[in-house]
Amino acid sequence: MLDFKQIKRLIKQDNSNLPEMKVALLGDTATQFLATAIKGVGVERGYNINLFEAEYNQVERQVLDPTSDLHAFGAKYTVVFQSTHKLLEQYSLNELTNERVNELMSGRLNFIRALCETIDGKIIYFNYPEIDDTVFGQYANRTELSFTWQIRQLNCELMRLTQEYPNLYICDIAALQNQFGREWMFDSSVYVSTEMVLSLDALPYVGSRVMDIICAIEGKFKKCLILDLDNTVWGGVVGDDGWENIQVGHGLGIGKAYTEFQEWVKKLKNRGIIIAVCSKNDEDKAKEPFEKNPEMVLRLDDIAVFVANWENKADNIRTIQQILNIGFDSMVFLDDNPFERNMVRENVPGVCVPELPEDPGDYLEYLYSLNLFETASYSAGDKDRTKQYQTEAKRVQAAQKFTNEADFLKSLDMVSVVDGFTPFNTPRVAQLSQRSNQFNLRTVRYTDGEIAALGASDKHVCLSFTLEDKFGDNGLICVIIMEKRDAKTLFVDTWFMSCRVLKRGMENFTLNTMVEYAKAQSFERIVGEYIPTLKNGMVKEHYPNFGFKAIGENLYELDVKAYQPRECYIERK
Amino acid sequence: MEKSQILDEVQAIFREVLDNEEIVLQSATTADDIEEWDSLTHIQLIVAIEKHFKIRFTSREILSWQNVGQLIDSIAAK
Repeated sequence: MLDFKQIKRLIKQDNSNLPEMKVALLGDTATQFLATAIKGVGVERGYNINLFEAEYNQVERQVLDPTSDLHAFGAKYTVVFQSTHKLLEQYSLNELTNERVNELMSGRLNFIRALCETIDGKIIYFNYPEIDDTVFGQYANRTELSFTWQIRQLNCELMRLTQEYPNLYICDIAALQNQFGREWMFDSSVYVSTEMVLSLDALPYVGSRVMDIICAIEGKFKKCLILDLDNTVWGGVVGDDGWENIQVGHGLGIGKAYTEFQEWVKKLKNRGIIIAVCSKNDEDKAKEPFEKNPEMVLRLDDIAVFVANWENKADNIRTIQQILNIGFDSMVFLDDNPFERNMVRENVPGVCVPELPEDPGDYLEYLYSLNLFETASYSAGDKDRTKQYQTEAKRVQAAQKFTNEADFLKSLDMVSVVDGFTPFNTPRVAQLSQRSNQFNLRTVRYTDGEIAALGASDKHVCLSFTLEDKFGDNGLICVIIMEKRDAKTLFVDTWFMSCRVLKRGMENFTLNTMVEYAKAQSFERIVGEYIPTLKNGMVKEHYPNFGFKAIGENLYELDVKAYQPRECYIERK
Repeated sequence: MEKSQILDEVQAIFREVLDNEEIVLQSATTADDIEEWDSLTHIQLIVAIEKHFKIRFTSREILSWQNVGQLIDSIAAK
């Protein structure tokens, strides 16, 4: 983590080459340093943050007055930091009655509701790190009147509000205080001389947590964890010590540090993070602990890609990247060996390589502090991802047996379910819109709420596609949103597809389905646009390749009547 | 520690925090003499000095200094 001084330097350099991002910051304490932290971490993450900082303590006025500077600014993200400190002050001035205490808290919640309803764009709201005023002693846990009771309840209510308002995201600075302690979070001399409630040590972390949320919504987040084995996943060297003598397992000693590390990795896998292994070992030796050692939490079927050989790790990570077909910047590599870490850092730019502490007992707390795996959405299907990548590896092997691609595709017995947006598939559609970077024609990111609204709109045609074959079900992998521009024209607002299903003829099937709809509804043309990003070069020629005629820069049109259905081996279910 | 040595070390901190290698501190130097030294960078300086000398100032001390000499006196007294 950069320190505050380094962050300040990042802002001083010329960042005009970075994409601009409009962010507003409102606080009830002085926010200048927080503004610096957000801008600086923003640069570190590749954004030139255009920050609107409201005057000190103008939160309510800026939000509730529709003619305020805040509304005129039109931020994509509005960051709101109402401090525990100021809330405690109001609480302290109140009479100590149920009525007054509840009034204060429901007043705050009502304001947050108003915030969610009046602000366009997304809101990042800081939750409340606890201050224990000890007025009731520990009896505070037994009376609703206590500040402790109220603040814990408020944090719970904030989580509940996110279910009500899809544009509300909570920046969990209470969790930061739990991790590092109140003394670290709050510096009384900083507060006394500046009215700021965050210490200089805390600021880079708080800025980082804010940018974690923004980056996740913008589609920049980690999808894959690559693990070294010896002294990272277990203690000792399996090649020397043997699978039965490595250090892992509960009981006294360092083994439990590795066990708990593995438990963490397993939870990540269950959440949908792809786990890969990259180890300098003989493959059979490296696999033995997973197969034979009963203390191992991780098993071979938790690992999507297993690479153990004596090649260098940079090359092996490139191999893993090719199999998974995801960006290097979405990968995290953990290795206890500083030499290997530097080697990967220097040779595979983009991969995140945390500086693991020397003591394995410190691994987990250190990793917690980094918050590596932020996400803007979660769906139950995520946990099957490892299986999907494993079946993909099987498909690759099967494909090698066929000399003719069509024969291979026929042999897969592919079927696709075509549907609109339903309450059931909305989270997955939104999630895929945030994750898809390569096969994505316009890279418009949608949240759950926006997808639900599009699904209900009669001006839009929304299609979702699944793909299943004899090896397994890929789940929902492709989404089309077409806007009815006029009685004759459909405009393709969104076309993205998971790269897992490239080269299966899914594009043909999708376009056939789109044209079928257009014909049935008497539309005459489909207009498509390609918006280039750093990552979607693979679909640059997508529309011309599929018979669309250029009608402008990156703008193409398809004549519906003249269209001949394209060959594909996918059946509609 | 000699006050002159403290002054040297504090000067090095000022240069690093304020990102200006030309800063020269004397006992009589005040915030008016150094462009980058404002109420916000002041707190950055304080925190950096506290860390460097492994000391803590009281809030009253921080608010009381009129010039660099008084700051040095506070450090020397710890």
